[in-house]
Amino acid sequence: MNPQISAFGMAFLFILGGIVLVLLGLAVASLLRPHRPNVEKLAAYECGEEALGSVWGQFNGRYYVIALIFVLFEVELVFLFPWATVFGQKELIEITEGRWGWFSLVEVWLFIGILVLGLAYIWAKGHLEWLKPQPQDTDYQSKIPAKAYERINRTYQKNKT
Amino acid sequence: MLSLVFFLLFIPLFALAGVYAERKVSAFIQDRLGPMEVGRYGLLQTLADIIKLLLKEDIIPSLADKRLFKLAPLIIFVAVFAGFAAIPLTPTLIGSGLQVGVFFILAIVSLDVVGIMMAGWSSNSKYPLLGAMRAVAQIISYEIPTGLAILAVVMICQTLDLQSISYQQGIWINHYQHLEADQNYLFGLKPLGIDITLVGGFLTWNIVRMPFLSIAFVIYFIASLAECNRAPFDIPEAESELIGGYHTEYSGLRWAFIMLAEYGMMLLVSFLGVILFLGSWNTPLPNLGYLALADWTSGKPDTLWGQLTSIFWLFSKTFLLIFAQMWIRWTYPRLRIDQLMYLCWKVLVPFALAIVLLCGVWRLWMV
Repeated sequence: MNPQISAFGMAFLFILGGIVLVLLGLAVASLLRPHRPNVEKLAAYECGEEALGSVWGQFNGRYYVIALIFVLFEVELVFLFPWATVFGQKELIEITEGRWGWFSLVEVWLFIGILVLGLAYIWAKGHLEWLKPQPQDTDYQSKIPAKAYERINRTYQKNKT
Repeated sequence: MLSLVFFLLFIPLFALAGVYAERKVSAFIQDRLGPMEVGRYGLLQTLADIIKLLLKEDIIPSLADKRLFKLAPLIIFVAVFAGFAAIPLTPTLIGSGLQVGVFFILAIVSLDVVGIMMAGWSSNSKYPLLGAMRAVAQIISYEIPTGLAILAVVMICQTLDLQSISYQQGIWINHYQHLEADQNYLFGLKPLGIDITLVGGFLTWNIVRMPFLSIAFVIYFIASLAECNRAPFDIPEAESELIGGYHTEYSGLRWAFIMLAEYGMMLLVSFLGVILFLGSWNTPLPNLGYLALADWTSGKPDTLWGQLTSIFWLFSKTFLLIFAQMWIRWTYPRLRIDQLMYLCWKVLVPFALAIVLLCGVWRLWMV
């Protein structure tokens, strides 16, 4: 059998092992833990307030844009990984007297270049901006003079040393 | 098989020790004592916590989508746990000798996001949903710089096999198949003509073999903090605004498995960082003339001494990285979400792309 098939089998065993560990833990816990539900306990947590309405509705559209950009770049990565393992292989470079390496490298630079253009476009369009908090100045004047604070700081410093 | 059994036992143990260490580290950083009551120096504190979690009532909100709610911790944990299959522990011990190990880890760990989204969505409560949205946006965003930094390593090493990447970074390079005739030059540059194949030590680590990879390592480390949802990137579970983020509604052992996955993720990204950038299981000490430090501190790959030394070096480097993660968590304040997106898309991604371009040229100089 191809050793790579058994290697994937082993990886599958890790997945099974993880599932068994979780289920075993939950099974042990279900034997030990109490089960006394009531309406209050089973309500959604909202800091003591009663939760109003369902949350399965709208969410900020920015998350959708980020997800789209992610898909774009992740697909790029998927294409780049196989390339990364062959573009610098010694044998291939020797056969072609060095042309293979530079040719494939320039090709990928073009490929990445197009993606960078995409990133620049998204950047310029402002899709990477998130809502920023806008602190506002007030004209409120404190009645406590600044000197009072300084005095407290000084005494604190003195006590510390 | 040995590796599977090892990780099944080691990850819960690591979480026990890790939570305790995190509390102590945070306490010492903040000039406190940390847990002191349970056991000597509070050593049994996390064990007591686990027993408490085991005895906790399992609460599933009545409005929740119960099937997804129950399935989510399983997916989150299994996605992270499966990633350990491709981690080499010693020169000969590896869960599964996948030739596409790096790719496998990237692919399977991404499924974590599905579990997080399921947990947040199925809870049918406001905090978990907000937390899940933020977590997913953050994790998928930071997957791009992580992927690009890893791609840079793959370009230098020309393989996706983590064991081969490990061998390439030390004095035993010629003991691995397909690498019998390979040589390491100082900074990876053949024209310089300084052959350091038998010198080894930190000089053959990837961050020195290709000096720009040290920048890639910094990018990887920052992005991996975000992948683990750890401070300063803990916006998804910002306690002061979101209670617990996507796991607000979880209790008892289901919650424990989500936390276990988080600590597993810390361990996994640290392992991967060490293997890709910091010389894997190779010793940091080089052979210097008569002082054959590398030969003394790392045995031949198939001997018992070789196994022991490689485990020692791999784990000490990994724990050092984990300590750095904790140190950063208790030093920096949380980022705001616009700062988070700025850092990822406008700083890390352009730098990572530049490093990928540079690595291509460097690799062609290396052969």
